[in-house]
Order: sequence, then structure tokens, then C-alpha cells
Amino acid sequence: MSKIQYDTIEGRSTGFLMLLGIFGAMVLAALGASYFMEHNGHYVTGMSNQIVWGTPHVFAVFLIVAASGALNVSSIGTVFGKAMYKPLSRLSNVLSLTLLTGGLMVLVLDLGRPDRIIIAMTYYNFKSIFAWNMILYNGFFVIVGIYLWTLMDHNVKGYARTAGMAAFIWRLTLTTGTGSIFGFLVAREAYDAAIMAPMFIIMSFSFGLAFYLLVLMAAYTWTGRPLGDAVVTRLKNLLGVFVASVLYFVLVYHLTNLYVTEHHGVERFILLDGGIYTQLFWIGQVIIGGIVPLLIFFTPAFGKSRAVLSLGAVLVILGGLAQMYVIIIGGQAYPLSMFPGMEVSSSFYDGVVANYTPTLAEVLLGLGGIGLALAATTFALKVLPLLPHSLADKIADPHYKAESA
Amino acid sequence: MSLNRREFLGIGAAVTAGAAIAPGIRLIELVQARSLEEAASAQQRWGLLIDTNKCTRNCTACVDACFVENGIGNKGRPATDPQWIRKIETKDPSTGYTHSLPVLCQHCDYPPCVDVCPTGASMKRADGIVLVDKHICIGCRFCMMACPYKARSFVHEVITDQKAYAPRGKGTVESCTLCVHKIDRGDGTTACTEACNKGGHQAIIFGDLKDPNSEISKSLREKGGRQIRADLKLNTGIRYQGL
Repeated sequence: MSKIQYDTIEGRSTGFLMLLGIFGAMVLAALGASYFMEHNGHYVTGMSNQIVWGTPHVFAVFLIVAASGALNVSSIGTVFGKAMYKPLSRLSNVLSLTLLTGGLMVLVLDLGRPDRIIIAMTYYNFKSIFAWNMILYNGFFVIVGIYLWTLMDHNVKGYARTAGMAAFIWRLTLTTGTGSIFGFLVAREAYDAAIMAPMFIIMSFSFGLAFYLLVLMAAYTWTGRPLGDAVVTRLKNLLGVFVASVLYFVLVYHLTNLYVTEHHGVERFILLDGGIYTQLFWIGQVIIGGIVPLLIFFTPAFGKSRAVLSLGAVLVILGGLAQMYVIIIGGQAYPLSMFPGMEVSSSFYDGVVANYTPTLAEVLLGLGGIGLALAATTFALKVLPLLPHSLADKIADPHYKAESA
Repeated sequence: MSLNRREFLGIGAAVTAGAAIAPGIRLIELVQARSLEEAASAQQRWGLLIDTNKCTRNCTACVDACFVENGIGNKGRPATDPQWIRKIETKDPSTGYTHSLPVLCQHCDYPPCVDVCPTGASMKRADGIVLVDKHICIGCRFCMMACPYKARSFVHEVITDQKAYAPRGKGTVESCTLCVHKIDRGDGTTACTEACNKGGHQAIIFGDLKDPNSEISKSLREKGGRQIRADLKLNTGIRYQGL
């Protein structure tokens, strides 16, 4: 394994400008959508007093979870000392920062009063996991930023392991906080489960790595840099393990609920007769986001095809979005149990499954978060030396042996 | 009409006692009517006791009165129109027994909405009233996710014709204030209670749960009262009889 040379991408080609243009347009569309929602009020969205968190939250939480996961590649290199991952660290740090930025943009622009963001930063209720998350998100930028500095500046590289450890602990805490937003909701049957926190952590491993793998392969392919099979194979195998782990956590979550008779209603709703939520669970989350990627990643014939691997990573992301949709919106659609054992009705939709149809504005706002994350990543690749000039096997693989040897 | 000495003394004693006690009662009222500068006191815990046996199925007097009192308009969009109080009909599927009752913010002693609110906009006053500070609510709706009673509404559109004493705003969350403006000015009742009494149902009693001699405390002591989702141990300020 030879010394790694990092450099920026040239960033003048038509393709580069088109890429920035597309991502930029996504961000502009999101800003327009947000203005439309905030100007009129949320009644123009699919959200209501029944479904209070809609599609923007699906994207926002997904991106925030993916952000902490994207840092994993870096942590494996620095904290766990795996040599192959070290050259991959810089991009991992940057991607985690940009994904978090995208997620937070969506979250903030969906607030009822986004103009009051300064209040959210200055008034803290320390019993609220949301308040803690604001500290965790802001701290993530600082800690990962410092960590990135130690990775890029030779004068401070001696601190990289310490900074990497701090970032690793911080990101685990952050995802625990995100999962606990749902885990701490005692009144809603679909949530109120301690497993939410570790499940969100394993989801972050999976979604974050899927993003990372896609960005890495795209960056190397489109800039004509060599990216050897050693790195790609290692990452796709790891992603496969994470995808399987997510399925395991989902299985345990549902088995636990199924054992408790009072939760049979909500389980029946998600797993059997919840309409769109049941379809998204089985087809979106389990098959498209779980089983098909596993087949792709662990079928040797597919392992060599970058296109098929990319498809696998895209499916993990789509499945992740489906999973968030089922958790966030499905969990709200199922009615609150205020009078256990009774049938209830009212003019306020008590006792009935809530209706929700995403509107274009909500989807555009959510996609804008992805657009912002990718635009910022693309821009960062042009201005910072994040990518090794080559990740060919003979450079990147610590166990590389020349075939002629 | 002539009085004998015994009757005269009896009436005299009653009048004297009345004259002595009346200012005392008036004084209690004065004590309860707190000025705006004065903080709410933990000496009181305001609550409602709702007798569901007296609540009529199709009557919405309490709901209507609340909406008028607090200026809650109806834009004809039921999914997003706010409801601070609503009538819920329950039916036991095994027996067919039905019930009708108003459900509103339960003014919990341990309110989940206050726990989850990131900015502290959701808050509980010393006298037990759970409110939203509209100036620091960022509209995140976490409180709506946390409320076990679906008692909160998000203001989904522009509001006009607000009442000065019940400020509301697009993009913030709101719920029953227990007519805090009426309590603070010493009315000693809420709009829903007044309307229910006026309609002759007398299903709602407003009062101080900490005062053992209040009507609400006496009734709770004598006839009992249940909390919705008592299993959550939130110690609600709204109690129900006949549930």
C-alpha cells in the first residue's frame, strides 16, 4: 500500500456543472415549496391535526440518520484502525456533514415558525429529547469539522484518533437521540419502544453507507479515477451485513409487539391491513430495501458489476425512505387508544385511521434536502482534496499482492 | 305577624352569621381573582369534573361555547381546523353500551407535551393549567405527537378575529387553556362549564382540586372520578364520572 495522494476534482466539465445545476434546482424547488407552505399555512399540505409530521419529516429524519451513518467509514479507519478505510475517511466526514445539513434544512423549513429558529437555539428545555438533539446536531458539525481538520492537516494529524473517537461516540449519541424522538412517545402504540434507539443506529449504518458507496462510485467513475474492487467489495459486503442487521431489528421490534396482546391492533395495521403502509412495509422496506439488496450484494455474479451494486445501494436508500414513511406516518395514522376496548368516534377523527396523501410541495421540500446534501458534497469535492487520486487495488488494498508475484 | 322571643333570636342569629360570613366569602373571591402581575399560585389546582351520565349525546353546547369564547373559527376543513374540545362517542362493542363525553386538554400534572417541548413553550402554570407560550412555540408539533389525548391542534392557516385574551397564531400549536383569562379575572368558571349549566345539564363542575371544600373536591370524594388513560399516571386535572 503506497502513500495516498489526495486532490480536488477539476470541476469544470459540463457534467460537473450539470450535476450542480440539478442539485441546485432541487434546492430552489424546496425553498419555493417551503415558501408556499409557510405563506399559506400547512393546510396546503397533506398534513393535518391527525398526521402532524408528514413527508418532510420522512426525508429529514432519513437524512439525519444517514448522516451519522456516513461517518462510519471514517470511524472504521480511525477508531478501529482498519488501514483500507483511512483513505476513505475525508469523504466520509464531508458526506456526513452535508447529509446532516440537508436533513436539518428540511426539518427547519417544515416548522410552523421556521423564522424562530433562533429561539430553538436559545431556549432549551433539557427534559426534551428534541432540545438535546439540537445540541447534538450542532455539536456534530463542530466535532466532525475538527475531525476532518485532523485528517487533512499534517500539523494536527496526531489528534486524528482522539477526534475520531470523539466523533464516533458523538454520532452514536446523536442517533440514539433521533431514535428516542420516537422511543420516548409513550402514548402512541407504534412507538414507545426502547429498541427504537439501537434500531435507528443500525439503520444509520445501512443508509449512510449506501449513500457513501454511491457517491464514491459516482465520483470515481465520472472523474475517470481508478477505484479497485478491493474497496468496493469490502464496502458492499459491509453494507450487506448492515442491511441484514436492519431486517433483524425490524423483526425483533415486531415480534416483541406481537407478543403483547394490546399491540395486536397496531401490528395488524402495519403488517396486514394497513393499505399503503402494509404495502410500503412489505414491498418497499422488506423486499426492495432488504431482500433484493442482500441478493445483489451476496450473489457473486453481481459483485463485479458496478451498475448492479449501485442499483443495490439505491434500493437500500429507497427501502430506507419506505421504512421511515411506515414508522413516521404509519405510526401516526393508527388511532390513539384513549378508551381501550371501546369503539370511539368524533368530529376530530378519533378512533379512525387518519388519511394522508403527500402533496407535491412536501415531496419537493424533502427532495431538496437530498439536493442540498449532494450539491454541497459536489462543491466540497471541487474545493477540498477529499478523494485519493487512485483507489486502485495496489494502492488501496493493504493485502494487495501483484498477481505476477 | 308576630314573633316569639325564640324565633326572633333564631332569625337574628342567622342574619348576624350571614352578615359576618358574607364578606369572608367575598374575600375568598377577591383572593382568587389574581391580578395580572401576580404569579399563579400552587395553592390551587384548577380542574374540571365531567359527569358523563349527564352529558347528552347530540349536545355540543360546551364545544360551541369554547369556540365562541376563544375565537376558534371554522374554515370548513375538518382535518386541519383546530378543536380545543370535542365530543367523543364511545361504544362498548361487547355490550352495546354507549357514552358521550367532551374531551379536551386534560391539564396533566405530568404533561408529556411539556416534557417533549424543545423550547419550553409548552408549560404548566403553578396552578396546574397547561398552556402554550405562543411567543416561543416554533411549531415543531412534537407535543402533538406526545399528547395521549389528541388534545392539541396546529394552526394550519392565517387567523383573523382573534380575541385579545386568547392569542393564537399560524404555525403554532394550541389547546384548551381552561379559560385561563376567565380564571385570572376571577370568573371562577370556564366557558364550557357555563354553557353546560345554562343548558341545564350541569355535567361539568369547575373548581380547585386542592381545596377540600370545593364542590369539585367534595363530589370527587363522594362519588369518585376517573382519569382517561389513568395507566399513564399523568394525574390529570380533568376527571370523569360515569366512565
